Amino acid sequence: MVRTNVKMEMRAVNFYYGNTQALFDVSIAIPEKRVTALIGPSGCGKSTFLRMFNRMNDIIDGTNHTGEVMIDGESIYQNNNSSAELRKKVGMVFQKSNPFPKSIFENVAYGPKIHGIKERTQLQEIVENSLKAAALWEEVKDRLNKNATNLSGGQQQRLCIARALAVEPDILLMDEPASALDPKSTTRIENLISELQKNYTIVIVTHNMQQAARVSNYTAFFYEGHLVEFDKTNKIFTTPIKQQTEDYITGRFG
Amino acid sequence: MRNKKVTEYFLISLIRLVTYIVVAIVGYIIIDIFIKGLPTLSWEFISGFPRRSGAEGGILPAIVGTICLVTGAISVALPLGMTSAIYLTEYAKQGRFKEIIGLAISTLAGVPSIVFGLFGLGLFVLFFGFGASILSGSLTLAFMILPTIIVSSEEALRAVPVTLREGSLALGASKWQTIARNVLPYALPGMFTGSILGIGRAAGETAPILLTVAAFYLPKLPRSIFDQVMALPYHLYVLATQHPEAEKVLPMQYGTALVLLLLVILFNLSAIILRNRFRKKIQW
Amino acid sequence: MTNWREKFIELLLIGAASASILIVLLIFLFLAKEAFPFVLDPGIKELLGSQWIPVSFKKEVFGILPLITGSLLVTALATIIMIPFGVLGAVYIAEIAIGRERAFLKPFIEIMAGIPSVVIGFFGLIILSPVLKKIFQLNTGLTALSGAILLALMAIPTVISISEDAIRSVPKSYKEASLALGASRLQTIFKVVVPAALPGIIAAVMLGIGRVVGETMVVLMVTGNAAKITFNPFESVRTMTATIAAEMGEVAFGSDHYQALFWVGIVLLSVTFGLNFIAQKVLTRYRMG
Repeated sequence: MVRTNVKMEMRAVNFYYGNTQALFDVSIAIPEKRVTALIGPSGCGKSTFLRMFNRMNDIIDGTNHTGEVMIDGESIYQNNNSSAELRKKVGMVFQKSNPFPKSIFENVAYGPKIHGIKERTQLQEIVENSLKAAALWEEVKDRLNKNATNLSGGQQQRLCIARALAVEPDILLMDEPASALDPKSTTRIENLISELQKNYTIVIVTHNMQQAARVSNYTAFFYEGHLVEFDKTNKIFTTPIKQQTEDYITGRFG
Repeated sequence: MRNKKVTEYFLISLIRLVTYIVVAIVGYIIIDIFIKGLPTLSWEFISGFPRRSGAEGGILPAIVGTICLVTGAISVALPLGMTSAIYLTEYAKQGRFKEIIGLAISTLAGVPSIVFGLFGLGLFVLFFGFGASILSGSLTLAFMILPTIIVSSEEALRAVPVTLREGSLALGASKWQTIARNVLPYALPGMFTGSILGIGRAAGETAPILLTVAAFYLPKLPRSIFDQVMALPYHLYVLATQHPEAEKVLPMQYGTALVLLLLVILFNLSAIILRNRFRKKIQW
Repeated sequence: MTNWREKFIELLLIGAASASILIVLLIFLFLAKEAFPFVLDPGIKELLGSQWIPVSFKKEVFGILPLITGSLLVTALATIIMIPFGVLGAVYIAEIAIGRERAFLKPFIEIMAGIPSVVIGFFGLIILSPVLKKIFQLNTGLTALSGAILLALMAIPTVISISEDAIRSVPKSYKEASLALGASRLQTIFKVVVPAALPGIIAAVMLGIGRVVGETMVVLMVTGNAAKITFNPFESVRTMTATIAAEMGEVAFGSDHYQALFWVGIVLLSVTFGLNFIAQKVLTRYRMG
């Protein structure tokens, strides 16, 4: 981690759903403009970890945490910071694609409109650029007014990426974005991630270790709410330090 | 083995019979009123004023009165009910306050209509001094149908998937922006369905308006919300039980019953159709 | 800026939601306010009498016992009629009817629920009472029984739709397990499904009873309105609701009679409140468990 800046950081974070603790004393520094993969068996806290960075856990009743979460060196959980401002900077793509039941155009324009852009030509430009960046433009440019729920699963997921890009975030959080897709669509998403890495800091949750190995520069392994190991991806996959990591990667559990 | 099958068939037929006895009685009521009410139904009956204490002429004032009351009730209950439902589904956290509101709503839903009448009499007619008027009657009916509107609005809001809310919030939309732009538009048809059911109920209720607004015989149209009016259900009650020549005015009774029944069935049916179509059309 | 707006909107919504609480409190408050002076003047003991003679040249008497027994008789009869029809109807619609039949029955029940009580009362007055009078050779067709039949008819949709929900929410696996063991369809329904749905069905019946107790127009029109203590279904009775509806129009505001009618309202509200409260408790516990 020598020549990269730290973009996102956690210091001694514990997280609770009511009385159940989901994260235990997690500290991590995620580098800028790199892809970081989060791996681990389901229920190990990787999604919870991901959702700490855009305060999405806040919308669940009865959750709380201790410790500090920072982006660009600033603590994001201070009360005077608006979560809306934060989420503008930190885009998110969900496991199950969730296009709004609106037209393709309105889906992508939703964020910019929320943030006050009203002019039609400007919106059109943003929509086109975002769809191009998400490698969807060619497929949908003739039917921008059609309902987004009619797109295929893979297209829907790329639309959701375009929608996230349209508000010009620095960071993209992806929660198993390809888990519900066929292999062909998965490859397209993976290629897209490599492309986006030039401009964005990406954190991706995946249950697919090959995928983690293919797309990421760094990998974090979570187990039962603990961050077990975090390092360069090739290091994690070739010479992990912890026994647990090795067991998981070689498929001995999980 | 054979024996068992026969008993089974017999018992199922019995249950079917019990169900269809209910259907038959209700069907009989509806058909009886249609057949005996249709001959009375004419343009003059709908648009004319009653004469000779309602023994002759039309029922226009009662129709207009009912429309006034229902409009008044819905214009209070709908905004109040919809906003309550938004609070309960989108904002309220699990806890004491939410529980108390829930208890209040189910209590309200169980209050007998005549008790609403007493309440309206005590609060609106006497305490606020609105007198027996459209205002008093509408407010009383509004409170009566409020639980119906809240509960069905809550259902409509809950039917909108959480993923739409998350998607919007993740783009940096505020809570209210999310609700206004990405939840309400999809819940509105369902919310209106609930309000139509409420309208149907308000149009058919007699007991609450008995004490707060309804006029026995008032063959003219209201000029302001402080006027008394006639109303269809009360008019039917009066013709059927209080009229000196109750036997003779039977056709008028059936005509009034038919108009009332048509009105209420129309509201309920359109609510049911609207809801079914909406359920089919939307897929997330 | 936006934060201020968000806070304002949330406050507005809290206000709207609190309205329900306020209305319930106001109902209790105003009933109590109008009824209270009665405690001071004729005294609360007056209400416990067995005679209700609100208009008299000699002495007016406001014993609400006959009104309570009137309501009780009509309600009990209606409940007896309503349970088999409501529960079996729910079983039929939830478990036996399929396809088109179900698609017809469900909205039919909803339409049935929407028929105005005054229309049912009208039907009772014109059609049912004369028929009953003829069948049972009575002096009058306006009896507790006529009222009960019609009230049952009005409460059946409530019982059916809530019981049906309860029956349909019984996990499919219960049913499959029973069928796999060789039980017949009916055995499965009555030995497995209905027992599992019982709390919901009981709540449904209680809500139905709540509806019957509070119903006004039907009893006003067809039970004959004689304020006497009787448990004979073929006699005329006068219920609490009908008493309020019939007499409130003619009383002088603030008179003893007026206050007594508000007392009747309080008794009525307490009964329905109790029924609803228990039914809701049963329903929520059942849904959680």
